[in-house]
Amino acid sequence: MSENKHFVPEPIPVRIKKASEIRSDADGKKNIFLTVLLILGCVTILFPLYMTIVIALKSPSEMTNDIAGALSLPKSFSLDNFREAMRVTDFWNSLFNSIVITGASIILSLVIHSMAGYAIGRSMSRHKGFKLIYFYIVSGMFVPFAILMMPLVKETAKLNIDNMFGVILLYVTFYMPMNVMLYSGYLKNVPLALEEAADMDGASTWKTYWKIIFPMMKPMHATVAVLTALGTWNDVMTPLVIMSGSEHTTLPLAQLNFQTQFGTNYNLAFASYLLALIPILIFYIICQKQIIGGIASGAVKG
Amino acid sequence: MKNNKTRTYMLMVLPALILFVAFNTIPLITGAFYSLTNYRGYGTYDFVGLRNFADLFQDSRVGKSYLFTFKYAICGTILVNVISLIIAMGLNSKIKFKSTLRGLYFLPNILGGLVVGYIFSFIFTYILPTAAKAAGIGFLSSSILASEKWAWVGVLIVGVWQTVAMNTIIYISGLQTIPGDIYEASSIDGAGRWVTFRKMTLPLLVPFISTNLILSTKNMLMVFDQIMSLTKGGPAQSTESISFLIYKNGMDGGQFGFQSANAVIFFIVIVTFSVVQLKLTNKKEEQL
Repeated sequence: MSENKHFVPEPIPVRIKKASEIRSDADGKKNIFLTVLLILGCVTILFPLYMTIVIALKSPSEMTNDIAGALSLPKSFSLDNFREAMRVTDFWNSLFNSIVITGASIILSLVIHSMAGYAIGRSMSRHKGFKLIYFYIVSGMFVPFAILMMPLVKETAKLNIDNMFGVILLYVTFYMPMNVMLYSGYLKNVPLALEEAADMDGASTWKTYWKIIFPMMKPMHATVAVLTALGTWNDVMTPLVIMSGSEHTTLPLAQLNFQTQFGTNYNLAFASYLLALIPILIFYIICQKQIIGGIASGAVKG
Repeated sequence: MKNNKTRTYMLMVLPALILFVAFNTIPLITGAFYSLTNYRGYGTYDFVGLRNFADLFQDSRVGKSYLFTFKYAICGTILVNVISLIIAMGLNSKIKFKSTLRGLYFLPNILGGLVVGYIFSFIFTYILPTAAKAAGIGFLSSSILASEKWAWVGVLIVGVWQTVAMNTIIYISGLQTIPGDIYEASSIDGAGRWVTFRKMTLPLLVPFISTNLILSTKNMLMVFDQIMSLTKGGPAQSTESISFLIYKNGMDGGQFGFQSANAVIFFIVIVTFSVVQLKLTNKKEEQL
């Protein structure tokens, strides 16, 4: 089995990155002017974040009416704003809900979408029915949430799933077209030989899938997990319309719901914004390579 | 044996198929059904035929939301693709701190649109006017979000700020598929930088430009989060996007049936945009 792994192509971005690194290392000389220009461009990205951090750390009395008052570094370091923001927005609960929703959506997507992608990818060419199912599901990519929104509110209420569970099921459905396409596309590069060998040994299709194919699709699992995670974590609209009846909120939804309670206390508001951004920022810092690689390969194949 | 296999495959597709029918196809059909009624979201309703659709084309608020959304999506898509292509070419050159810079330029994409909107809202309402006053730039001295004429530009800036990140990554992976010896060949031939870019880089990037155009147009047509946090559709409904209007009046405004008709048209618009873009870029590819 381990020898056969060589046949499985690596995901595109990893391979390309290596090549480009070799190229730039070989040439050695770096363009300093361009580097400076690009660093200056980063100011547009870092300025809003810098502003968020310094305002979040300040007390309201330090906010004078000029720019210096808002943008200067805080005089004393205090976490009071964060404590208050956590209380007002029920931070730990919303964080927990967001993690549950995103986590469950990812796990269900990996299982359900990879299975469907496999079955479709392997039988599409021989079986008209599967080809039809493939185009049926992939066409869902063009359906905007706006047209599904109102009927879904009614439907989830009727099924008693106008709660977190319902939102999870919806996410698994919304990301299905893209994920099924990615999985069945990836399978084209996975040689049939292994499955045929397992077939000869008398292993069932089911067993072959979970024991051999599923572990082999690991690079695609990473891409799917990243794309699903970013989409669900930051989504406002779905929980807003589906969970409006329940007392649960997600991290972004809490920002929307408690916006009025911040009033003109910008320090409290920005502490809350920063708290909402920190989990995904930590995730990004840890998995930056996988995230960028996942996005690139997902979009290129998609 | 063969039949057995097909049965297993069918079982494997089944969970996905059930979910897709339940939460995509059924609501799509119910939505289309309600678009033919005068349903308010509660109580009884009657069939009104195609009257909702006829009314849609005369409703000035709906027309305004389409104008805003198209203006936003077209300007946004052009800006996003020009800016991200420039950044991608920079990030793909021989520069220092390459991976750090790439990581930084991608940052806006992972942050939630709602919170980003709130942060920019502070910049537009406090930082920018104060800075403009200090610099003596008259027309920026009050918040652009409060101006009926300029609020859409504020929404556009935030949308572009976030979308550029994603498209940059895609353009970088596109640029990396172009082998370096092509550039060597063209420099031997004495081609200038601009000619090389126009005759070599751009044509080879067409598939990626196509992906990016479709992605960014679709995302920008569906703008919602930024509107929620920046303007709530105001001032004077000048920044109501189609999604926002459907949400606002369909959910709370008692226009369930009417906004369903709006959603059906919106769906057709999205499909048309995607198909036309696909066709156009495919033609471009064939010509090469």
